[in-house]
Amino acid sequence: MRKLIGIVMLLIPVAGLAQVLDIEVTGIAQPTPVAVVPFGWEGDAPDMPLDVVKVIKDDLLRSGRFAPVDESKMLQKPTDGADVDFQDWSFVGVEAVVVGKLIQTGANAYTLQFQLFDVFGRRQLVGYRMPASRGTMRSAAHRAADMIYEKLTGIKGVFGTKVAYVTAKREGEGRLYSLIVSDQDGFNEHTIMESADPIMSPAWSPDSRQLAYVSFEGNQSSIFVQTLRTGNRFKVSAKPGINSAPSFSPDGRKLVVTLGGVDGNLDIYVLDINSRNTTRLTTHRAIDTEGTWSPDGRYIYFTSDRSGGPQVYRVSANGGTPERVTFEGSYNARPRLSPDGKRLAMVHNDRGNYRIAVMNLERKDLLVLSSGRQDESPSFAPNSDILIYATRQGRDGVLETVSADGLIRQKMASRAGGDVREPVWSPFPRF
Amino acid sequence: MMSYFKLFALAAIAFVLAGCPQNTIPDPDPTDTTYPGDAGASTDGLDQGDTYGGEEIPWDDPSAGELTMVIYFDFDSSEVRAADQDIVSRHAMQLGSGGSVRLEGHADERGSREYNIGLGERRAQAVRQMLLIQGVAADQISTVSFGEERPVGFGSSEADYAQNRRVEFKYSN
Repeated sequence: MRKLIGIVMLLIPVAGLAQVLDIEVTGIAQPTPVAVVPFGWEGDAPDMPLDVVKVIKDDLLRSGRFAPVDESKMLQKPTDGADVDFQDWSFVGVEAVVVGKLIQTGANAYTLQFQLFDVFGRRQLVGYRMPASRGTMRSAAHRAADMIYEKLTGIKGVFGTKVAYVTAKREGEGRLYSLIVSDQDGFNEHTIMESADPIMSPAWSPDSRQLAYVSFEGNQSSIFVQTLRTGNRFKVSAKPGINSAPSFSPDGRKLVVTLGGVDGNLDIYVLDINSRNTTRLTTHRAIDTEGTWSPDGRYIYFTSDRSGGPQVYRVSANGGTPERVTFEGSYNARPRLSPDGKRLAMVHNDRGNYRIAVMNLERKDLLVLSSGRQDESPSFAPNSDILIYATRQGRDGVLETVSADGLIRQKMASRAGGDVREPVWSPFPRF
Repeated sequence: MMSYFKLFALAAIAFVLAGCPQNTIPDPDPTDTTYPGDAGASTDGLDQGDTYGGEEIPWDDPSAGELTMVIYFDFDSSEVRAADQDIVSRHAMQLGSGGSVRLEGHADERGSREYNIGLGERRAQAVRQMLLIQGVAADQISTVSFGEERPVGFGSSEADYAQNRRVEFKYSN
């Protein structure tokens, strides 16, 4: 057993470097062939400080919607738009070409320049010069990939966004729980909170500067709001009994939370973050929990087992009589709305398996997106087009993403190690 | 006064009992009173009056013995099993003489984590209600639900799930 632990510890950094991309594209999705030509480099050192082309290529590849062609198939390798020969690229069979350069302009100052061309239309679709330092170069490359993705698909790219998640690792007799924030591709992992007691239910503020979460420090559940940049945190709710399931209001000033009180009757409350005042929204004896705001701020969607098993309900954010939203199946919990307000994701019991399902709120039809036995915690990307959730691989939880139409699914290679759970996708960064 | 021989024998036995990893002497036959290599030494038996002995009689007094600190629940249920109601009553008796207890509710891993916090709390509250009915003061009891966050069984079998659907009694004085 000792030896096993040693090996596992040794493997973690290796896995972190290997960046195994495990992409499974299902259904009829046909990735579009594109070319990302190796970028030119003008600088002091022989090599670029970061392989920006690899970052852009991996982003496009991981989206499942693009198939970047191999460098060996390229008939020319221009680094400037003026040198692009559309005839050649049409012969190679790609629909779009990306060319660019990285130019060093100071000791730690660079310009990332890229252009995207439509091979058939023979025209530039988008092009930018972006300032970057060594520290921001990866973000700049993701930003370029976002612009390329948006031009080609009409959907905003999410390569520059982040995810937060919780990991649990066994440590001696106990466990170590960590709250981690990383880039959406798993790079730049930062542990923002660690505890021997469970951490649960991270939630992003709409400006993506803060995370709310539940911590069981001192064997009592409390809700904290932590500012990512400083690491400072505030305990916003520590009432007797359960303090749980926080989710920010669209204006960022309030949290919807679950409070249980001494009698343990879980109900939905709205908590004003500044004043700490609470307003009760539900009063039923059943379990009411997992509240989440609709993007327009008008409703709170939540889980309740007032009808027997858990189902999704909604109540006006100003209070009133809740109405039931889900009717298909015996178990629908943990509702999360897409940022465009059109779809509702949930944990759905599909013939004995807990899976991620999405309901189109207009048509009311339910689409099961995942295929695991114990899938949980769906969270929409800010473009409403992809979801991230946790699934089981052996005994541990790992993260997967799936397109909202269910066609493109991929595993995120685990870098943190341990049991990974409760992923939440950040909003778009604000520039 | 203990004889020289008795002391010597005690020391010899203590040495043998303590064992020595380098010692390659085969295990002595317990029925054999002579140990290998003890030629020339003198030994004596222990005085039977000094050692524990006698018939042990099982004694199962429900009001004595150690408290059971955890009870288990059926799937999707917060009902204390009939067989466990005596356990809860014994905790009520214990709390009758003071102290306070934290009831920690737990759920198995199936389904959503926050909903499982609710299920764990429901179990803790079921036990709390039984204690209150039996006269325990409300301020002696606190509850916390860990949902599926602190499993005892780490696998995904029915046996693991059954171990995890539980309420633990945690005392503080």
